[in-house]
Amino acid sequence: MSVVDGVRSPRRDRTLRLVAPVAVGLLGLAVWQLLVGVVGVSAYLLPSPSEIAAEWTANAGPIAEAAWITGVNAVLGLLVGSAVGVALAAVAARLRWIDQMLAPVVAGLAVVPIVALAPVLNSMFGADSEIGRRTIAAIASFVPVFLNTLRGLRQTTPLHRDLMRSYAATGSQTLRTLTLPTAAPYVLTGLRVASSLAVISALVAEYFGGPRGGLGAFISTSAATSAYARAWAYVGASIVLGLGLYLVTVALERLVTRLLTGGAR
Amino acid sequence: MSETINGDGVAVAANGVGKTFDTRSGEVQALTGVDLRVAAGEFVSLIGPSGCGKSTLMRLLADLDSPSEGTIEVFGKTPAQARRDQDYGIAFQQAGLLPWRTVAANIGLPLELHGTDRAARAARVAELAELVGLSDFADRYPDQLSGGMQQRVAIARSLAEQPRLLLMDEPFGALDEMTRERMQAELSRIVGESGAAVVFVTHSIPEAVFLSDRVVVMSPRPGRITGVVDIGIGRDVPRDESLRETTAFFAKVTEVREALHGTPVTASGREGR
Ligand SMILES: Nc1ncnc2c1ncn2[C@@H]1O[C@H](COP(=O)(O)OP(=O)(O)O)[C@@H](O)[C@H]1O
Ligand SMILES: [Mg+2]
Repeated sequence: MSVVDGVRSPRRDRTLRLVAPVAVGLLGLAVWQLLVGVVGVSAYLLPSPSEIAAEWTANAGPIAEAAWITGVNAVLGLLVGSAVGVALAAVAARLRWIDQMLAPVVAGLAVVPIVALAPVLNSMFGADSEIGRRTIAAIASFVPVFLNTLRGLRQTTPLHRDLMRSYAATGSQTLRTLTLPTAAPYVLTGLRVASSLAVISALVAEYFGGPRGGLGAFISTSAATSAYARAWAYVGASIVLGLGLYLVTVALERLVTRLLTGGAR
Repeated sequence: MSETINGDGVAVAANGVGKTFDTRSGEVQALTGVDLRVAAGEFVSLIGPSGCGKSTLMRLLADLDSPSEGTIEVFGKTPAQARRDQDYGIAFQQAGLLPWRTVAANIGLPLELHGTDRAARAARVAELAELVGLSDFADRYPDQLSGGMQQRVAIARSLAEQPRLLLMDEPFGALDEMTRERMQAELSRIVGESGAAVVFVTHSIPEAVFLSDRVVVMSPRPGRITGVVDIGIGRDVPRDESLRETTAFFAKVTEVREALHGTPVTASGREGR
């Protein structure tokens, strides 16, 4: 493929890919600062980036701690939800009746709003337990992982299945050389979607009771006490957390693709 | 008994084979009363209009499906046994390469599945890539190859374990005419070197005549064999462009066409060709 693009060198492409979004971000911040500072948007409508940055540095310790608490909830939820999602999808791909049994349940889970579930689970597991939030993150992660994995496991073509049969391949050989590699990109897409959902739901779940200390709890307390700049600093930390987890799944996707293609690509 | 009769001399023996599919709109009789014998090392083409059961017959030989009636033997065994013993190699109209594998890894797939060790596999794959003229592309991925190249990979893969029987279902069906004729010449050479028997499904009369020792003509509704044409162009005659110009070649093309249409082709029709 690389032979074709003589015009644009890959290195220039990469630089551009990195520089462009950073430039857009900086420009956005400048416009924001200008809006607040010069045009005079009031500080509780929208604090300026410099105020938020000041709050961030002043509260670096608590922010990191809060991000850790929320992050652990999100990651544990993501891991458990994904594991269950992959396992159930594997079973559903094999057994039609399991699939038919699960389909309505999954459709139901997919539309359960976090806001509805959070108060119930929080009081169910007790006021000082993180389990409720982790459960919510797990449920939110489960759905896209299950659906994508199931879809991926069904992507093998009749032609490829005929070939494997003609080679008298065993079940586990077919799984290893055909079914899993075919499904892998789908599973990873599911994980990528789930990673964002896990963070969002772990965070939002903190608005509805349970122990204080996470990013969501701080956002709501700061906002409630009119500390808007601090609230925004915590929002910023939530974005960093979500992006971080997202990037991990993207890296995982790259890694698996490389492993699949034998590292030669 | 079958050992002594079929043991070495007969690659494929189908007796009274029929196949009926149960579909939602009722039963479809895809094949009926098919008797076919393919000698070891013989090149036999199946030709006929779409839906006459060519692919179905090939799938039965490959044990990708089982007959509703009649019996099939492949080298004197059941097709299931022949499949387990890897007595045949198979290629389809679509190359069916695994897109995440390189050309070399695709060619080596059957060897890998059957536990050939790494060194022997690499050597055999190199040999096969050479055979189909893809040595320089061994590390490429299928999406970097043309359709003709992909099909050559599929053919190399079907030859990987030196099968005594090759089953090919319109392997050149998706290729342009020029590529197709070149591939026919290559296949003829490769098969000649390997000594394998071939059952070759095609739509193309010239292709069938060019490649085959015998052409089996089939007819639809229900799918059955309606004629067999002995081509009689010896294996020692080189399969190259000059063969396509000979009168013997034209005569056989006409004979197959007549068998296919069930009526003699008129003189004017012959010239129109
Ligand atoms: N799996 C199947 N289920 C139902 N009908 C089938 C199936 N496979 C083939 N047929 C039918 O059998 C007939 C022969 O098909 P096929 O062997 O593919 O013909 P050909 O390869 O000569 O074009 C057709 O009428 C086709 O619709
Ligand atoms: Mg067909």
